[in-house]
Amino acid sequence: MYDFEKIYQPRTVAEALQMKADHPKALILAGGSDILIKTREGKLAGSSVISIYGLNELRGICLEEDGTILIRPLTSFSHITANPIIRKYLPTLGEAVDQVGGPQIRNIGTIGGNICNGVTSADSASTLKAYDAVLEITSLDGVRILPYSEFNLGPGKVDLHPNEILTGIRILKDSYQDTFGEYIKYAQRSAMDIATLGCSVNVRLSADKKTVQRLRIAFGVAAPTPIRAFSAEKAANQAKVDENLMETVASNAVLDVNPRTSWRATKEFRIQLITELARRATRSSVEKAGGKF
Amino acid sequence: MDKQKITFTLNHVRREEYIDPRASLSEVLRDQMELTSVKHGCNVGECGACTVLVDGEPFNSCIYLAIWVDGKDVLTLEGLTDIDGKISDIQQAFIDEGAVQCGFCTPGFIMSSLPIIESEKTFSREEIRKQISGNFCRCTGYETIVNAIEKTAKARKSGK
Repeated sequence: MYDFEKIYQPRTVAEALQMKADHPKALILAGGSDILIKTREGKLAGSSVISIYGLNELRGICLEEDGTILIRPLTSFSHITANPIIRKYLPTLGEAVDQVGGPQIRNIGTIGGNICNGVTSADSASTLKAYDAVLEITSLDGVRILPYSEFNLGPGKVDLHPNEILTGIRILKDSYQDTFGEYIKYAQRSAMDIATLGCSVNVRLSADKKTVQRLRIAFGVAAPTPIRAFSAEKAANQAKVDENLMETVASNAVLDVNPRTSWRATKEFRIQLITELARRATRSSVEKAGGKF
Repeated sequence: MDKQKITFTLNHVRREEYIDPRASLSEVLRDQMELTSVKHGCNVGECGACTVLVDGEPFNSCIYLAIWVDGKDVLTLEGLTDIDGKISDIQQAFIDEGAVQCGFCTPGFIMSSLPIIESEKTFSREEIRKQISGNFCRCTGYETIVNAIEKTAKARKSGK
């Protein structure tokens, strides 16, 4: 039995928003693969929760009229990976979330829960950062649109007010069109493990495939929150597609990161991973885009 | 907390149950409905011994609230035997291949293997391993488990 003080069960998003307004301290329970475990361990025992897992209006993926990809927050990792829109336009995200935990966790875990948790190791986070995701956050006062780049305030802290719920994640057409990407997760086991380091890169090349038009790179566990490496992006902008590109990205990426030593890895090892994963993910992204080294 | 009525399909039979809204699905299935194939293992979604299918997908029932199955279709290992109590091909394959030692993890592995053996796609051994990577076995070393799943998948595809 889970030690909840109260469990609220809204039947609609409107009801959920009312409950969140009335009980601002109650936790939003999506798939529960973090909250239920922390409740079992005692860390969150005695909390009140608002279970939104049953709200199908917050589930699914669609392509909006202007080509924006809209992912509703309760979409599970496995449904994201299998989704035809994601496979066609944003395969990097589908591949990234296919590396979360194991099959059962990918069936229950939701992308909204993954990013609202605010942890730096979230497998969806670096790819969503690297694709400039835009969040739709709703309360009884209305809808607030927030770039995902501004969402993480610190470890486990995100810019969600006590009366708000994340209701949508959008990737604009200009962001994903003609891009090719790669997410690399470095972990100690190939399943059921949390990333020691994660790196997501995507590139758009010129028509002749010889110049980088735009490169974006983001990391998980390279800082207290998932982060973009803007120095590396700037340095790679308009760079020639050649062997120097990987070094340009890797050597500049380390300027933007701030990894720590934990039981999983030392700061020094993480810095080595940052440069090596940056190289590998850049090479792979450029090759997928048709570039030749 | 007051009990709450849920209506769901359990092993092909429509059921109405009164449950505590704080209960996990594993607690309702094992303790209340006495389906003892559902094991209380780690209780935190790591070992897979409590795996059941909900609407055809494997879930760790220990970190799944029982209230969430309202209106859904739940399948446990007990639902694999036919009306005469005869076990299914995948269960027999686990026995034949020596994929069962202490047996604690076996129901969870079999439930995780169902999407593989019921798929039209042919899974490589590597893909089978990935599909069962949320289940832990401390006895067999996994090889015999992969053998049992591979054998059943092949047999079903060839219509045997």
